[in-house]
Amino acid sequence: MLSQTADHLFWMARYTERAENTARMLDVNLQASLLPQSEASAELLWRGILGICELQPQYDARFPALAPRDVLRFMASEPSNPSSIHSCLNAARENARAVRGTLTTEVWETINSTWLELKARLRRVEADPSQFFEWVKYRSHLSRGVTIGTMLKDEALYFSRLGTFLERADNTARILDVKYHALADQGAPDVVAEGDAGRSIDFYHWAAVLRSVSAFEVYRKVYSNVITPARVAELLILREDMPRSLANCVNEVVTNLASVRNDHSRETERRAGLLQADLQYGRIDAILQQGLHAWLVNFLQRVNDLGDRISRDFLIPLATA
Amino acid sequence: MSSVLHARAASAAFFDEMHADGSGAVRAHYREFHSWLAAQSTDSLSGKRAEADLIFHRVGITFAVYGDDAGTERLIPFDIIPRIIPATEWKRLEAGLRQRVKALNRFIHDIYHRQSIVRAGVIPPEQIFCNAQYRPEMQGVDVAGDIYAHVAGIDVVRADDGEFYVLEDNLRVPSGVSYMLENRKMMMRLFPELFARNKVAPVAHYPDLLLEDLRSVAPNGTREPTVAVLTPGMYNAAYFEHAFLAQQMGVELVEGKDLFVDDEQVFMRTTRGPKRVDVIYRRIDDDFLDPLAFRPDSNLGVPGLLSVYRAGRVTLANAIGSGVADDKSIYPYVPDMIKFYLDEKPLLRNVPTWQCRKKEHLAHVLAHLHELVVKETHGAGGYGMLIGPAASKAEIEAFRARLSARPDNYIAQPTLALSACPTFVESGVAPRHIDLRPFVLSGKNVTIVPGGLTRVALRQGSLVVNSSQGGGTKDTWVLE
Repeated sequence: MLSQTADHLFWMARYTERAENTARMLDVNLQASLLPQSEASAELLWRGILGICELQPQYDARFPALAPRDVLRFMASEPSNPSSIHSCLNAARENARAVRGTLTTEVWETINSTWLELKARLRRVEADPSQFFEWVKYRSHLSRGVTIGTMLKDEALYFSRLGTFLERADNTARILDVKYHALADQGAPDVVAEGDAGRSIDFYHWAAVLRSVSAFEVYRKVYSNVITPARVAELLILREDMPRSLANCVNEVVTNLASVRNDHSRETERRAGLLQADLQYGRIDAILQQGLHAWLVNFLQRVNDLGDRISRDFLIPLATA
Repeated sequence: MSSVLHARAASAAFFDEMHADGSGAVRAHYREFHSWLAAQSTDSLSGKRAEADLIFHRVGITFAVYGDDAGTERLIPFDIIPRIIPATEWKRLEAGLRQRVKALNRFIHDIYHRQSIVRAGVIPPEQIFCNAQYRPEMQGVDVAGDIYAHVAGIDVVRADDGEFYVLEDNLRVPSGVSYMLENRKMMMRLFPELFARNKVAPVAHYPDLLLEDLRSVAPNGTREPTVAVLTPGMYNAAYFEHAFLAQQMGVELVEGKDLFVDDEQVFMRTTRGPKRVDVIYRRIDDDFLDPLAFRPDSNLGVPGLLSVYRAGRVTLANAIGSGVADDKSIYPYVPDMIKFYLDEKPLLRNVPTWQCRKKEHLAHVLAHLHELVVKETHGAGGYGMLIGPAASKAEIEAFRARLSARPDNYIAQPTLALSACPTFVESGVAPRHIDLRPFVLSGKNVTIVPGGLTRVALRQGSLVVNSSQGGGTKDTWVLE
C-alpha cells in the first residue's frame, strides 16, 4: 500500500479517536462541575483539561480568563485549536477524503456525514453540551464499527487500527493524569501515592475518571468494592480485558504492528513489545511507588516514540530502498 | 395533485428531444417515460430531487469552490429527467465516434513520426509546429500500440436540423465519466420502476473497460502490469472522479510525490518499499508531468518521468502531446484526416468553422460578430468565448478589439441552436439546451459505453453547458 495512503488512514483513525476522547473528558468535567464545590475547585477542573491537553498557552492567548464557557467553546468548536473536536473531525474527514478510494463506501460516508452534520450540531452545543458530546461519541463508535465491519482485513485496516490504539493509549494516560494537572499549580504532590481515598471529593474525581472511559460499571463488576485510586489506576493501566486500558491498547498496537511488518520495523516492534511486557508483568503498587504522574509521563513518552517510529518506518514515503 | 407537465410551446427554433416538430407528438422512444412523467406531481419530483442532493452530498460527489474559507463544496446540479437516445440513432453515432477517434490517433502518430499529412499538404505545417500543444520531445517516440488518446471525450450536439455535430474533441484529460456513472446509479435508486418499463443499456462496466484498455497498452513484455491513476490531489476540482475511477478499477490513486524514477523505471513508494508502475492513467496536464522536462515549478509531477516514457518503460494515458489533435485550430481538419488516413467518408459532421488566422475568414467574422460564436483556439471550460446573439454591443466591441489584435488565437462558428430536453426546473418541466460527451476508449480495441454524459444549460435560453458556468447533468439512456 502507498505510504501516503497508510499515513492518511493512520491519522484519520487517530483524529476520530481524539475527538471522541476530548468529548469524553469534557462531558465528565461538565458533570463534575455540577457538584457542590467552591468556585476555586471548579476552576481547577477546567484548568486540568487544558493542562492534560497541553493547551494552556493557546487558551491564554485567545481568552482573557479561565471561564468554563470559554474552555468548552475552545475545546469543542474553536477552529484555531488543533485539538478541538471541530478540528479533529475536520482532520479526520480530510484524511479520509484523501484516501476515499481505499475506504469502503460506508466508512467514507459515515465520516463525511459526521463532518456535514457537525456545523448544525455546534450551533446548539452551548444549549446542551452533553447531548453534543454524546453525539460525538456515537459518531466515533459508528466510524470504528463500520471500519471493522466492512473493511477488508489488510494493511488499510491495520494502519487505521494502529492509529486508533496509539491515540487511545495516549488519551487514557492523559485522562488518568488529569488530577495531577488540576493541582499542579498548587504544587500538590502526586495524588495517588499520597492522596486520601476517604475524602468524598476524591471519590467523585475517580468516579468521574471511570465514567469518562465508560468504566464505571466495569469497575463495579471487576472489583465489587469501593472506589480507590489504586484500583482505578490498575483497571485503566494493567487490565488487558478493559478495552480502553493502556494494556489493551498496547496489545493491539503490537498485534497490528506485526501485521504490517517490513524490513525497517524490527526496532519499533521491539520497543512496542517491551512496553507490552512492562504492562503485562507490571504491578500497580510498583507503579504507584514510582509515582503515578512520573510513570504516566514516561508512558506518554514511549507512546510518542512509537508514533514517531511508525511514521518513519512506514508512513513517510521511503526513498529508494 | 397537479401534473408537472405544462402545455408545450407550439413552435421552437431548436430540436426538441421529446416532442416531434410540427405535431408536437411525443417521440416514440420517449413515450413510456412521458406517460410516467405525466403521472408525477411536482411535489413528488421535488422530493426526489432533494433526496438526490442529499445523497450526492453524503457520497461527496462535490467539487471545491476555490478561495472559499468555509470549505464550501458545491454539487453539480443533477436533473432527474433523462436524455433518451434510440438505439438506431446511437448506432450511427457510435460508428462515427469510432471512426473519428481512430483517425485522430492515426493523426497524432503521424505527426510524431513521418508527418505525411503535412507533406501531402492537407494541413499547413505552421498549424502543427507552432502549436503550443505540439511536443517536440515526442518526435520519433514509439508508444505502445501506437495509441495516443486512450480516453477521448467527444462533445456532440444536435442542431435544429436534427443532425449530430461534433463540437470539439477532448484528447488530453477529459473528465465527467464519473458523473455519467453516478447519475445512472442515482436514477436507478430514485426511480427503479422506470428501469422496469424501459430497456436502458447499462453503463456500469465502464471502469472494467477502462482497466482492460489500460492493461492492453502496458509496455511490451509486462505480464501483470501495475496500473495507477495519477491525480493532482484532493483539492483538484475533479478529485472525486480520480478517486472514484481508481477505486472502481481497484488500482492505486497516486500523487506525483508518491512516485519516483530509478534505474529507468517508475516506482511508487509503499509501506513495503518501492513497487514498479507500468501504466499511469494520468489526470495531470502535460506541462506538469515532469519538472525536469516541462514546467520546472511543477510539484505535481515526477522528475525524470519523460525519459522513462521515451524509453518505453512506462505507458502514459493519454500520451504526452495528444493535445496537438484537440486544439480548436486543428478541429477544422478532422474530416480531412478521416479521408486521408482511413479513406472513408466522415460519418459525423463538423460545425462549419471560420479560422480567423485566414484573412478572408477574419473579415467575415468581424462583419458577423453579432451572430457567431467566437472561441479561443486553446480555450476550454466555456471561458474566453463570445456568444454573439447573447452579447451586448459593448461586449462585442471589446471582443472585436481582442480578436483584431490576435486573430490567429480565435476561430468562429455559427451559433448552433442546441437541441433541448425537458428539464425539471423551478417553474416545472421546461426545455433546456443540452450536449453529449460520449467517452471513447482506445487500446487493443475501441470501446464505447452506450450514451455518455449529457450536460444541460439550466438557465432558460442559455447555450453554455459547462459546470463552471451554471450547467447541470442528466442521466443518458440508450434505449434498446
